[in-house]
Amino acid sequence: MDTFLWIVRVGAIILLIWGVAGTVVQGLSGQGPTGEAWRDLVVAGIAQGAMYGLIALGYSMVYGVLGFINFAHGEVFMSGGMVGFFVANYLWEVRLWETNFVLAILLVLLSSILTSTLVAVIVERIAYRPLRASPRLIPLITSIGISFFLQYTFAGLFGVAVKNYPPPPDSLRSRVSLLGLEIEGSKLLVIVVAVATMVGLYLFVEKTRTGRSIRAVAEDKEIAALMGIDVNRTIVATFAVGGAMAGVAGTLWALLFRGVSFITGFLPGIKAFTAAVLGGIGNLPGAMAGGVLLGLFEGVGPQLVLAGFGIPGVSQLKDVVAFTALVLVLIFKPTGLFGERLSAEDRA
Amino acid sequence: MTGLSRARWLLAVSVMLVAACGGSVPTDSDQTDPVEFEAGPLGAVVVAPGEQIHIRSLNSISGDIAFLGIPNQRGVEMAIADYGPVAGREVSMGTPLDDLCSPEGGQSAAQATVADPSVVGVIGTTCSSAAAAASPLISDAGMVMIAPSNTSPALTSDLAGNPSASYHPGYYRTAHNDLFQGKAVALFVRDHLGFDTAAAIHDGDPYTQGLAEAFKDAFEELGGAVTAFTAVNKGDTDMISVLTEVAAGRPQALFFPVFMPEGAFIVQQVDGVTGLEDVTLIVSAALLVDNFMELPESQGVYISGPDLRFGDNRNSITGRSAVELLDAYEAAHGEAPSGGYLAHAYDATTMLLRAIDQVAVDVDGTLHIDRAQVRDELTRTSMDGIIGPIDCDQYGDCGTQRLTVLYNTDPRNIEAGKNNVVFEYAP
Repeated sequence: MDTFLWIVRVGAIILLIWGVAGTVVQGLSGQGPTGEAWRDLVVAGIAQGAMYGLIALGYSMVYGVLGFINFAHGEVFMSGGMVGFFVANYLWEVRLWETNFVLAILLVLLSSILTSTLVAVIVERIAYRPLRASPRLIPLITSIGISFFLQYTFAGLFGVAVKNYPPPPDSLRSRVSLLGLEIEGSKLLVIVVAVATMVGLYLFVEKTRTGRSIRAVAEDKEIAALMGIDVNRTIVATFAVGGAMAGVAGTLWALLFRGVSFITGFLPGIKAFTAAVLGGIGNLPGAMAGGVLLGLFEGVGPQLVLAGFGIPGVSQLKDVVAFTALVLVLIFKPTGLFGERLSAEDRA
Repeated sequence: MTGLSRARWLLAVSVMLVAACGGSVPTDSDQTDPVEFEAGPLGAVVVAPGEQIHIRSLNSISGDIAFLGIPNQRGVEMAIADYGPVAGREVSMGTPLDDLCSPEGGQSAAQATVADPSVVGVIGTTCSSAAAAASPLISDAGMVMIAPSNTSPALTSDLAGNPSASYHPGYYRTAHNDLFQGKAVALFVRDHLGFDTAAAIHDGDPYTQGLAEAFKDAFEELGGAVTAFTAVNKGDTDMISVLTEVAAGRPQALFFPVFMPEGAFIVQQVDGVTGLEDVTLIVSAALLVDNFMELPESQGVYISGPDLRFGDNRNSITGRSAVELLDAYEAAHGEAPSGGYLAHAYDATTMLLRAIDQVAVDVDGTLHIDRAQVRDELTRTSMDGIIGPIDCDQYGDCGTQRLTVLYNTDPRNIEAGKNNVVFEYAP
């Protein structure tokens, strides 16, 4: 075994234990967050992580099929959230948001899914398909360009100011009792919707004909084509499904944070990519689990580990915690937590 | 030929040459003291006959803070128009520059400014973070900058005679120093609300961090306890982590002088954090904007900032009053100013134009503006502005330092909130 890597691993474990022990000591002496506060941190981390997971599915699916990272996927997510805002705002003005919130949020969800799906498919058709035979670096760089193009197109169309969704009803803002835990309604809804979406996607990929085509194309495009699968259509379907997942995440974002702007997709996009790598790129359950874990690292990590060292303002370091967690996971398990799913070409 | 007769001969030849070239020979009747100009240590701007005097507006005119920067820029334009010619020359603002409310934006715009040696001075920046990057460049070029809305203590002094880390000669401002605003908020929380504990959140920007630190120092000086002093990152959306950190100390008040959208995310998420159910929220003028005050969750939030009740104040140079300025603004732009520093920008511009007027020297139709003298003249400024008396100290603080705290009672009627002063402070 590489001695240096071994030292890093042992050092990381010692620091982790040291930080947690310091936090426990602080807690025992009456400092630090209360039990309720830890609960809030965990729930918020899972809710945010579930959203990362949904976005990460798009990264993972595209990587599985085309073998490149679509860095514009964060903007696909943003586009859904942005259009959803205008629908929500209209429904607020006609009072449907207040009188029938369930119907209103379903309409917002639908508009968000449609928009993100459409944007993802158009981007694939215009920007990626012509480059399919090019080296992978070319579409990768193109995706960064598309990301900026989408950001500033939305900035130009709708302005740069943050747009705030209407407030959710009181029932979502109050706490709900679940297994003895008092959880904020909106966060519980986000977690439930994310899990249901993930299960639906899993069944779609595993049980449907299109899902099987996606898996076949991900395995080997040429063999899949020889078996009669329309590769182009399957790739479009992959982008569409990834876009739809991002659209769901766009609406969940609105429930959690309410504000969207043209750069809303940038950081969640990077985090979702991190989540996909964390779980094992190309692996759909891995992407979802990676997202939830990343959310938890972000939410709980600063208080659990860094506060124990007596570092002031630990919340500002949550991104450091998240990306350090990624590095550590890759040091301990280079293929991600659930292992990569690569095509025959990539494996070779 | 003797020495004397040789001199007479040379004088006669000179006179004939001048006459032959079409020049006029001074006679006793039009003889006056020749106007001479010698540039000082910082050099001088030379304005050729028929050319304009150049100043620049360097404000946040795009992005989230454009609501502050655009009225600032318009204030500069209005002041130039109201002042009229300076030393007989028209004044040009040139193409407006954008500080992007960031160090990169401030530095980039300052570089563009100093590359043009015809520029005398700058009105800007809007944001303290941009000023911290721009002022060294402006200072090194011998120019001056007068900021209408920078408030960070780091840009001037500690008010005890010691320059701050980011102070550079040639920097002035008509905005208040946040050491006063920090004191005002501390007094409000400690004496007016009667609280013993408070927490503060900033975002690492010189403005927000400086103000939060000023509040912390003043609050502790008044006997209060600051239970948490922490920060968010610009661009953060999830505030649960930072609010949980704050909640551990169970503060009675939370002061977070941050910008949009982080401010909105804090008020929207604070209800979901155990331990902060009854906390009183206080923000600064960075959130004195419609899209924050219209949020339902902003109801009951206190907003500290400059005292904008200018009453009958008049700018002693142009004669404009606050009401006249606002009327002219609305007539020209079809809307009320979106930020609170229009009058500060207007007064800052008249300060600069007056200083140029005072020091400009006309030599045979060419105007010479000594840069060091412009600085000296600005430091000596003592005038009435729309914002009130303007007197500069040696580190560039020139504003009136009057602060208020507003109370946002109804997000559906934010104009009422903007006028609902519940506390005032004037040192």
